[in-house]
Amino acid sequence: MRAAVIQFPGSNCDRDMAVGFDRACGHNSRAQMVWHKESSLPAGLDIIGIPGGFSFGDYLRCGAIAARSPIMRSVVDFANKGGYVVGICNGFQVLTESGLLPGVLMRNSNLKFLCKDIDLKVETSNSAFTNAHRSGDIVTYPIAHHDGNYTADTDTLKALHGNDRIAYTYVNNPNGSVDDIAGILSENRRVLGMMPHPERLNDPALGGNDGAKLFESIASALVSA
Amino acid sequence: MKARVHVTLKNGVLDPQGAAVKHSLGTLGFDGVERVRQGKTIELDLSETDAAKAEAQVKDMCEKLLANTVIEDYSVEIL
Repeated sequence: MRAAVIQFPGSNCDRDMAVGFDRACGHNSRAQMVWHKESSLPAGLDIIGIPGGFSFGDYLRCGAIAARSPIMRSVVDFANKGGYVVGICNGFQVLTESGLLPGVLMRNSNLKFLCKDIDLKVETSNSAFTNAHRSGDIVTYPIAHHDGNYTADTDTLKALHGNDRIAYTYVNNPNGSVDDIAGILSENRRVLGMMPHPERLNDPALGGNDGAKLFESIASALVSA
Repeated sequence: MKARVHVTLKNGVLDPQGAAVKHSLGTLGFDGVERVRQGKTIELDLSETDAAKAEAQVKDMCEKLLANTVIEDYSVEIL
């Protein structure tokens, strides 16, 4: 599995994400770190990770400046050609701002920064990101965000529900997201955005490794593809 | 030439910050505030000297970066 992780000024989960990719493929390859000012991606990539953090200090809107970085044009091209992309937390915000995923992540409804473990329901196992689960599985992942309140227009929500594109929902909605949405898939199911942080729960020393399932799903889907 | 952009949440989009400000105003004794909407102002100094061209440029900036038109409206003033 050839993975790349994009780094913006203010990214802070980039290394955790790279470790997730590396472990899932048995360290057969190492994820490449790509600085946002690059204009092209390494050749032969299978998947790109957009990490969590506070890219560009969350100035203007979370993810807005990062989404207009030079490298993002290549990421959008890669996704439009059927490439796999996963964005976690700030990465999800960057994906909505870049137009790769619909909707927007607004300020949490209680206006608080939320940093805790929460229960999530895996809504679909039908994706390269969730195939190691069964639909309906409950997982506990950390969240750490101020702007995770997902919203979208009615037509978008209808399309997300109708085409099984909601990947995860919150069991107890912490941030006001419409329909408890915590993660969504693109129309071709190859782009995932999610607010919770599986990459921060990927080592027993950090409290567990349930989050490895995301990366294992990706590795098994991409190896068998 | 200067331009001023106002970005506000669209009507119908819940504005939790506006709601918190309204609540706080009530606590301070400012009764009768029926609604508060919070937004932002962005001021730009432009080298363009033609007002119509400047306005067109700034609108393009709003569409591409300054506003997220999924949830935000914008207005442009050329000063």
